[in-house]
Amino acid sequence: MNFLRNYLDKQKPKFDKGGKFQKLHSVFTGFESFLFVPNRTTVSGCNIRDAVDLKRTMIIVVVALIPALLFGMYNVGYQHFNAIGALAETGFWQLFFYGFLKVLPIIIVSYVVGLAIEFAGAQIRGHEINEGFLVSGLLIPMIMPVTAPLWMVALSTAFAVIIGKEIFGGTGMNIWNPALLARAFFFFSYPSKISGDDVWIASDTADAISQATPLAQMSQGQEITYSISDMFWGFIPGSIGETSTFCILLGAVILLATGVASWKTMLSVCVGGLVMGWAFSGISGVPAYEQLLMGGFAFGAVFMATDPVTSAQTETGKYIYGFLIGAMAVIIRCINPGYPEGMMLAILLMNTFAPLIDWCVVQNNIKRRLKRANAVVK
Amino acid sequence: MSLFSGKNLDYLLGPLSRNNPVLVQILGICSTLAVTVKLENALVMGLSVTAVTAFSNVILSLLRNTIPNRIRIIVQLVVVAALVIIVDQVLKAYAYEVSKQLSVYVGLIITNCIIMGRIEAFALANKPWPSLLDGIGNGLGYTIILAIMGFFRELLGSGTLLGHSVIPQGWYAANGGGYMNNGLMIMPAASLILVGLIIWAHRAKNKDLIEK
Repeated sequence: MNFLRNYLDKQKPKFDKGGKFQKLHSVFTGFESFLFVPNRTTVSGCNIRDAVDLKRTMIIVVVALIPALLFGMYNVGYQHFNAIGALAETGFWQLFFYGFLKVLPIIIVSYVVGLAIEFAGAQIRGHEINEGFLVSGLLIPMIMPVTAPLWMVALSTAFAVIIGKEIFGGTGMNIWNPALLARAFFFFSYPSKISGDDVWIASDTADAISQATPLAQMSQGQEITYSISDMFWGFIPGSIGETSTFCILLGAVILLATGVASWKTMLSVCVGGLVMGWAFSGISGVPAYEQLLMGGFAFGAVFMATDPVTSAQTETGKYIYGFLIGAMAVIIRCINPGYPEGMMLAILLMNTFAPLIDWCVVQNNIKRRLKRANAVVK
Repeated sequence: MSLFSGKNLDYLLGPLSRNNPVLVQILGICSTLAVTVKLENALVMGLSVTAVTAFSNVILSLLRNTIPNRIRIIVQLVVVAALVIIVDQVLKAYAYEVSKQLSVYVGLIITNCIIMGRIEAFALANKPWPSLLDGIGNGLGYTIILAIMGFFRELLGSGTLLGHSVIPQGWYAANGGGYMNNGLMIMPAASLILVGLIIWAHRAKNKDLIEK
C-alpha cells in the first residue's frame, strides 16, 4: 500500500493548478479518494463526521443490488431457453453465462456514458467527482429490458445525467431519481422497445420472442399464467433486475440492517399498494398481494422510492410519500390501459411532490408547537 | 433622423437575441410548445405572429394620442382581433393544409403575450416607424426560436424537415438499421426541455443576462 501512496503523492503536483495535467485534477482526486480514505480535516467550525461517508453508503446499495442482478442474469438465460424450448438440456451455468453476456454490455454502456459525463461535469465546474453515479449506473441496466438497444441506453443515461442531475447541481441536488428518469426518457422516446410483449426475452435471431408479462396479462384482463411462486422467486419475463421479489427482499434486508434505506418508506409503499390493490381487485381481477409481486413494484419500493435524495426527508412525510407511491402505482396499473406498469411514473410523480409533503409536515409541526407554546403563556 | 439610425436599428435587431421575447422576457411560451412539432407549422406561425405584431404596433402607435387611457385594452383587443382574423383568412386561402394543422392556434395568436406586451410597453409610447421596427423585431425573435425548436423536433421526432425525409431510410429498423425516431420529441414535454436548453445555451453566451 505504501508503494501506491508514494506513487500518488509523487504524481499529485502534476494535477494541481499550473501542473501539466491540471485539466484532469478532479479525475485524479476522484481516483485518489477511491483508493484511500481522504486525509482532509475540516478547517472551520465544529463538525461531527460519520465514519460512513457517501462512498461507503453507495457501495452498500451496490452490494444490496447484487443478488437481484445475479438472479436477473440467470433469469435472462432461463427465459430465453425456456422460450425456445431447450430448458431441459441446458445447465445452470450455461443459463447464467448466456444472461451474463447479454446484460454485461448494458451495464458497461451505462457506466461509461454516465461516468464520462460526471467526470466532464465535475471538471468543468471545478468540483470533486461525486460517487452518486455508482448506484444509478447499476440501477439503469436493471430496469431496462434485456433487448434494449445499446445506443438507446446510452442516450437515456446521458439524458438522465445531464438533464436530471447536472443542471440541478450534481449529486444530491436532483429532484428526480436519475435511474428512473433514464427509464422514463426511454419509455416515452422509444415505447416499442421497452413495453409490449416482444422486448422481455433475449433472442439470437432477427425475430423477437413474444411473451406477455404478468402485468400485461392483467391489464388486458386475461388469466395470469404464472404461478405465485414463480412471481415470488422471479421466473417471469420482465426488466432485468426487477423479476425476483425474493432477491430484492435480500437486498432490502441489507439496506435496512445497515440503516441506509428507510423502513418507513418501504413499509408504506407496500401498504399503499395493498390498500389500492384491494380496492381495485374487482377491476384488476387479481388479489392485492399479487400486485406487490408483479412487475417493478418490489424493486421500486426497495431501491427507488427510498433514494435519500429524492424521497421525502421528514419522518412523517416518508409515510405519506410512500403510501401515495404504492397507491398511485396500482391506480395507474389498473385504470390506465396505456401503461401496464405504474411504478416508474408513480415514483417520479411523488419525487416531484416530496418537497411539498415535507413543507406541509414542517408547517404542521410549527403550528402544533406554537399552539402548545401559546397555551403555556396564557 | 434617418430611418435606420443606431437606435431604430436596435429596435429591430435587439429582440433577435439580446432582448429576445421568448428567451429573455419568457413570453409566448404556450404557443412555442403547441406549434413546433413540424418546422413548417413553426415558420408559418412565427410569420403570422410577426405580421400581427408589426401591424398592431403601427396602428396603435398611430392611435396612441386619441385612445382614452381607461379603455385602451379594449381598443387594443379590437385591433389585434381584427388582424388575427385577417391572418386566419389569408392562411385559409393560401395555405390551407398548414392552417388546418395549426387549427385553433391561429385564433389564439390574440392571446400571445408578446403582442399585448409590445403594444403596452412600446407602441403606446413611440412613433409609428420605431413601433413597426419593434414589432417586426419581436416577431422575428419569436420566429427564430420557433424555427430552432421546430427544426429539432421535426428532425429528431419524425426524421423529416419541411416534410422531406432527411434521415436515410436504410437507418430505420424496418430496413435493417437500428435507428428509431424519438417519440418524446413529438410530445409537448420535449418542447419545454428544448426551450430550457436553448435558454441555457443563450445565457452561456450572454453571461450578463444570467439571473442572480
